[in-house]
Amino acid sequence: MILLEHLSFTYPKGTTVFQDFTWKVGRGEAWAVLGPSGCGKTTLLYLLAGLRFPTSGKIFIDERPLTRPRPHTGLILQDYGLLPWATVRKNAELGLQIRSFYGPDGKHAPDNFQLATNVDPWLERLGLGPVQDQFPHKISGGQRQRTAIARTLALQPDLLLMDEPFSSLDAPTREGLQNLTMELWQEQNLTLVLVTHAIEEAAVLGQKILLLGHPPNSSTVIFDNLGAARPSFRDTSEYIALTRHLRKKMEER
Amino acid sequence: MKRRDLFLAVLVLIIVWQVAAMVVQRPILPSPIEVSKIFVTDLENGQLAQHFVASLWRVLASTFLAIALAAPLGLLLGQSKRFNNIFSPMMYLLYPIPKVVFVPIVLLFFGIGDFPKIIIIFLILFFQVLVLVRDRAASIHPELIQSVRSLGAGRRALFRFVYLPASLPAILTALRQSVGTAVAVLYIAELFATQKGLGYYIYYNGSTLFNYPAMYAGIVALSLMGLGLYFSVDWIERRVCPWQQA
Repeated sequence: MILLEHLSFTYPKGTTVFQDFTWKVGRGEAWAVLGPSGCGKTTLLYLLAGLRFPTSGKIFIDERPLTRPRPHTGLILQDYGLLPWATVRKNAELGLQIRSFYGPDGKHAPDNFQLATNVDPWLERLGLGPVQDQFPHKISGGQRQRTAIARTLALQPDLLLMDEPFSSLDAPTREGLQNLTMELWQEQNLTLVLVTHAIEEAAVLGQKILLLGHPPNSSTVIFDNLGAARPSFRDTSEYIALTRHLRKKMEER
Repeated sequence: MKRRDLFLAVLVLIIVWQVAAMVVQRPILPSPIEVSKIFVTDLENGQLAQHFVASLWRVLASTFLAIALAAPLGLLLGQSKRFNNIFSPMMYLLYPIPKVVFVPIVLLFFGIGDFPKIIIIFLILFFQVLVLVRDRAASIHPELIQSVRSLGAGRRALFRFVYLPASLPAILTALRQSVGTAVAVLYIAELFATQKGLGYYIYYNGSTLFNYPAMYAGIVALSLMGLGLYFSVDWIERRVCPWQQA
């Protein structure tokens, strides 16, 4: 699904975050990218979204080189992703409206895109029905992230990128949304790449965990965690052992 | 502004005015009753109404022109650091100049008629809208832009779905802030080279005919126009920017 080949990325200011970095993600996998702040994990996500471009090396998604944001990739950021002047419903419709705006041109929207703006099933699925006419600043942080999820999934992506999507939420809301993410990942056959600085979140959601350290990153440190992505995983000893191990590894890097 | 508060304010002003008129007892300060009589007759016979319409047209035309030119430029400056670096110093040099000083120059260049008056009010509104829209466009979170881009938006869709709706409140704020100045400068602009407009009506009645009640009727009309414009902006804002209501 994703292939990064000898990728390097240097900021205009001169910081190199990736150097000769090669990484592969298979279709339908759930990945967590874990690392301290400033390690380049958000940059990695922006590269995958086609919003930034590598200094050298190549990114392939679905075997095609990535040159611009891809219609089948969904991106969910930590905050500020919603239009403050639009209601929950209008925000959820935004992606579809942008597609209708351009029509099925294969660039901004898929070639076979059917003009439609019905987001009702998504509002219902994510429990947003009661707040659909509210503005984002009037609803809770959890509801805001649900709106962002509804907006993204209404476009039927096959690749979902999430940047610290739940880190500003309180613990019960966060766990609820983590469980929801797992359900949706299975239900929608998504490939998931979730960036986080929280070890617990990586261990819960990542069937594979990519650990990044202080830049530049060149080698990939990967942990297999196939028990993850089930709600009961949090209570297993496997989970506790993994978080302990990850914490130690994170300190070493 | 509540309707009841406005009513009270009008009442208090009229009482103070009436008392002052009774104390002064001079033709230069007629009582509100006298003024309202001539206000009504001049409105009915079209004297005042035609001047009111002429002034209103000038304000509306310049408002429209200012928004049409300043809003896109403000968006451009707010979004492009390079353009902003080039144009900002120029803007900061011109912005603080009281535009009323340009009245003689503008009149000299554009002669008589509506156009020079429109230009002068336009200059005031233009900079106000420009500055506020630029700041608003610059303060849009980059995360918002990026996530809307990830939904497939290119330049055109970003403009339609993000920049345009984001700058509407800035335009309305700019208008609200400058309505008062615009009306004040309108008066000055209408002192010269015209026989239409409330400015002319006030000046002509006050300084040439010494018809003080009519002069005050003109002042009342000017004040009502400002109030009406202010309420219109409020009304539009409630319609167009419902998310701003607390």
